[in-house]
Amino acid sequence: MLLIRCPYCEEERPELEFRNAGEAHIARPTNIAAESDDDFEKFFFIRANPKGVIYERWRHIHGCARFFNAVRDTVTDKFVMTYKAGEPKPAKLPGASK
Amino acid sequence: MNAVFRISGAGRLSQAKTASFSFDDRPYTGIEGDTLASALLANGVHLVGRSFKYHRPRGFLSAGAEEPNALVQIVRDDARKTPNVRATVQELYDGLTANSQNRWPSLAFDVGAVNDIASPMFSAGFYYKTFMWPKWAWKDLYEPKIRAAAGLGVSPDKPDPDHYAARYAHCEVLVLGGGAAGIAAALAAAETGVRVILADEQAEFGGSLRFESGARIDGQDGYAWAQAAIAKLKAMDNVRVLSRTTAFGYYAQNFVGLVERVSDHLKSPGRELARERLWQVRAKRVVIATGAIERHMVFANNDRPGVMLASAARTYLNHYGVAVGRNIGVYTANDSAYAAAIDLKKAGINIAAIVDLRDNPAGPVIDEARALGIEINFGRAVVSAGGKLRVSSMSVQPKNGGGERTIPVDAILMSAGWTPSVHLFSQSRGKVAFNDETKRFVPGTYAQDCVSVGACNGTDGLAASVDEAFAAGAKAAKEAGGKVGKGAKPKVDAGESWSRGMLGAAPGAGPGTTVKAFVDFQNDVTAKDIRQAVHEGMHSIEHVKRFTTNGMATDQGKTSNMHGLAIAAEELGKPIPQVGLTTFRAPYTPVTFGSIVGHARGALFDPTRRTATHGWAASHGAVFEDVGHWKRAWYFPKAGEDMHAAVNRECVTVRKVGGLFDASTLGKIEVVGPDAAKFMELLYTNPWEKLETGRCRYGIMLREDGFVYDDGVVGRLAPDRFHVTTTTGGAPRVMNHMEDYLQTEFPHLNVWLTSITEQWAVIAVQGPKSRDIIAPLVEGIDMSDEAMPHMSVREGRICGVPTRLFRMSFTGERGFEINVPADYGEAVWEALWAEGQKHGATAYGTETMHVLRAEKGYIIVGQDTDGTVTPNDAGLDWAVGKKKTDFVGIRGLTRPDLVAKGRKQLVGLKTKDPKVVLEEGAQIVADPKQLIPMKMIGHVTSSYWSENCGRSIALALVAGGRDRMGETLYVPMPNGTIEVEVTGMVFVDEKGERLNG
Repeated sequence: MLLIRCPYCEEERPELEFRNAGEAHIARPTNIAAESDDDFEKFFFIRANPKGVIYERWRHIHGCARFFNAVRDTVTDKFVMTYKAGEPKPAKLPGASK
Repeated sequence: MNAVFRISGAGRLSQAKTASFSFDDRPYTGIEGDTLASALLANGVHLVGRSFKYHRPRGFLSAGAEEPNALVQIVRDDARKTPNVRATVQELYDGLTANSQNRWPSLAFDVGAVNDIASPMFSAGFYYKTFMWPKWAWKDLYEPKIRAAAGLGVSPDKPDPDHYAARYAHCEVLVLGGGAAGIAAALAAAETGVRVILADEQAEFGGSLRFESGARIDGQDGYAWAQAAIAKLKAMDNVRVLSRTTAFGYYAQNFVGLVERVSDHLKSPGRELARERLWQVRAKRVVIATGAIERHMVFANNDRPGVMLASAARTYLNHYGVAVGRNIGVYTANDSAYAAAIDLKKAGINIAAIVDLRDNPAGPVIDEARALGIEINFGRAVVSAGGKLRVSSMSVQPKNGGGERTIPVDAILMSAGWTPSVHLFSQSRGKVAFNDETKRFVPGTYAQDCVSVGACNGTDGLAASVDEAFAAGAKAAKEAGGKVGKGAKPKVDAGESWSRGMLGAAPGAGPGTTVKAFVDFQNDVTAKDIRQAVHEGMHSIEHVKRFTTNGMATDQGKTSNMHGLAIAAEELGKPIPQVGLTTFRAPYTPVTFGSIVGHARGALFDPTRRTATHGWAASHGAVFEDVGHWKRAWYFPKAGEDMHAAVNRECVTVRKVGGLFDASTLGKIEVVGPDAAKFMELLYTNPWEKLETGRCRYGIMLREDGFVYDDGVVGRLAPDRFHVTTTTGGAPRVMNHMEDYLQTEFPHLNVWLTSITEQWAVIAVQGPKSRDIIAPLVEGIDMSDEAMPHMSVREGRICGVPTRLFRMSFTGERGFEINVPADYGEAVWEALWAEGQKHGATAYGTETMHVLRAEKGYIIVGQDTDGTVTPNDAGLDWAVGKKKTDFVGIRGLTRPDLVAKGRKQLVGLKTKDPKVVLEEGAQIVADPKQLIPMKMIGHVTSSYWSENCGRSIALALVAGGRDRMGETLYVPMPNGTIEVEVTGMVFVDEKGERLNG
């Protein structure tokens, strides 16, 4: 069972308290009704499936109930970092410069 | 009755405390502290089982958890018949009953042993090659017959009456393994004051100190030192010492699963004790001190009862006081077997000969053996063991061939060397590295915050192991925040040290031979099988493993993996590290389902939710159905009524008079805040801004892809306050969906969401008399049609308690849904029931609710929709705000496929024969005469007998359904095809006049 750091509660809590909520940084278009079929397809259906670093959303559903973002390595299953919803995609990951 | 192989003066058990037990219905006597294995050996019993495939007679290979052969069934009573218990770890208790497995009619004469003679048929890959064809044989022959012949123990056929406990634990340092190294690490860590857990699978701590007669630590015998150290650790508040506890799985972030066997060793445990306890431990640092396991020698008939690991014989002697024979042969490729021979010789047991594969080894143990007068043969091999139900001789040959000599023996002790137990390290995702000099895999690259110490780290010698472990324990504690410890390092005065040995097949079982030289005893895999797998094209060790099943039995290849790998490497002509090791997986040793399940069984398997009126419903004869976690009243049968009769009566009574229904399980969410209406506009298809306070609206929620996600009636209590209802099953996911959008897409909206499902009990009162039933109990609300029309909501009081009173209907009748604080739910229900009785109203359950709503064509999301249905498909286009510029799903609704012609649409169906009730889920076709497979154009989503209509009614999703009104379609069923007519969805009161009736 993983330990996940909730950026709102500011502590590591067991995975049981959380739910994954899919890929992060996919913003709903402000004028969604005017989106082309292709753009809507990209927005709604197409998701990254990387081997390695993935940006994803989690919800501390059995805790503070907040959605937040996380960077996780899909190979090692290790969380690189977590950050609050609405914050930009981190430009640099901890340990990535090595 | 006298245990003739018990050596007086040997071992640590008190001869005075006897325990009687039976094996295959024969009574024996053992001693308290025995394992079943040591007790049987004390009685001279070696033959204890039959092998998996060839049904060969088998005895004890080991004295520990690695045992592949000695699997027995332990029978406590009718329900407690545990199969495949390793006799080497089962502690003896007075009255223990054990039976051998996989034999018929008896252990000594087993018909299945014909497989041994026919073994050329059953070579590696037999299953893959044979069970391909013919197809019919699967059902009639392979499944029933081969399955019955294969396998080992028999599962109990009654529910497990035992209970299993579970605990979570946190510590700074978790030490796995309680031998000398583990104890030293735990002592060092404990002195620093951090929380330490020390776990060992055995009943007593000490590990190999149980048999290492030469070990001395801190001036005392090694085993005595271990017991004193454990007593000291147990007395410390920051230390938890767990015996009989196996670390079976090492998971992410130092999360380790331990299973503690609490009561399997007790005569009558009693109900207050759990059978096992699952520990889920999260440790800052883990010290792995799991030791090493001795390997056997791979030679012909090395599986005969009486052929065992040298360390096992030594354990039986030095700990249990049992000699495994009277005239014992030794076959070894390293020094450690000499120590066993020496100990046995000193105990008065004849050592027939030591056969050592090495050419000219030298060392103190060899000198000591020679000084004791034991015959030693260097450069020779045991090429075969004689005897069948018990070994009777060993055939010795120079290792490069030559004259054979047969030596009579009643036991053979083997040692091919020691394999570090890297299982848990490997499970932690650490990468092992091959040490070419010592020919063993040891921990290489670490993936988690753990450290391996002692024999499992490839550290040789007691002194070096203890030094390494003590330092590692102190370091782990310091890294985890401990202070510097003051404790003194244990001083090893004397200890044993050995390494090296051999891997693979011994002479006589090499390439080109066809002898049965076993590599994996439990799965009956021989050296020849592994070579054959390579010849047949299995070049990856993972393929060799699966083709031969080497290492795939419940012992997980503890003794066999390295031999199998070496033989495959030799056959492939590659060095061992290039061939690689198969992956270690949890569990280290078998874990019961009970310990994993723990308390989560029966009533505790899943939460049960009951509404406020549950007790009333139960006392009024309700039959309940499960709806998610909820128990809902399904129908209320009167004396003599079956379900059909009860539902018919309830349905008719509601439309004629009225009925009471508990609707509390509907999800309820309060949407509050200055932007509440804006939020509702975005989350539902309907317009909300202009909904007046005090009015209600039926809302539809879509997913972004345009499909119906949920529905429900929403009341506006104030300009900034909506009382939203959801489907019963949809409540949690609707809340999640709303929170998701509020937190991440529309965070600028000033809105709060609160689940109020359990705060309000909801009593639906429906039917022409509904207002008359309610009105006498209501204060402060004008319930006239003018003041409170259909689809309105008022706040006031009922029976003196606050209420949110909705006028709404899921029956098509005049109806109300009375929300009251849940604590008052039952009292208000009782009061309404009393009023209802005056009018002849009924209580009704979910089945009647379903029929009544279907009569009106009201859909149930999740039953009449399935995640691919749009509002238009469901005939609900009217509920989509045409002037709206945004809501979740607005873009999805215009996707090409969602506006295409010929989509499946909800319609009504009437069977031509009104008495026939369709099956829900039944498929619909346009032409019943077409060839199979027919083109299916839809399916039945809801179907009931409607007593009010005097006929059956159904709803269905049918391609182009609304253009097919009046058309005849067909529902092919096993007993014939049913003709149906496509109709509108409303079967009762099409004009909706009864809402005000």
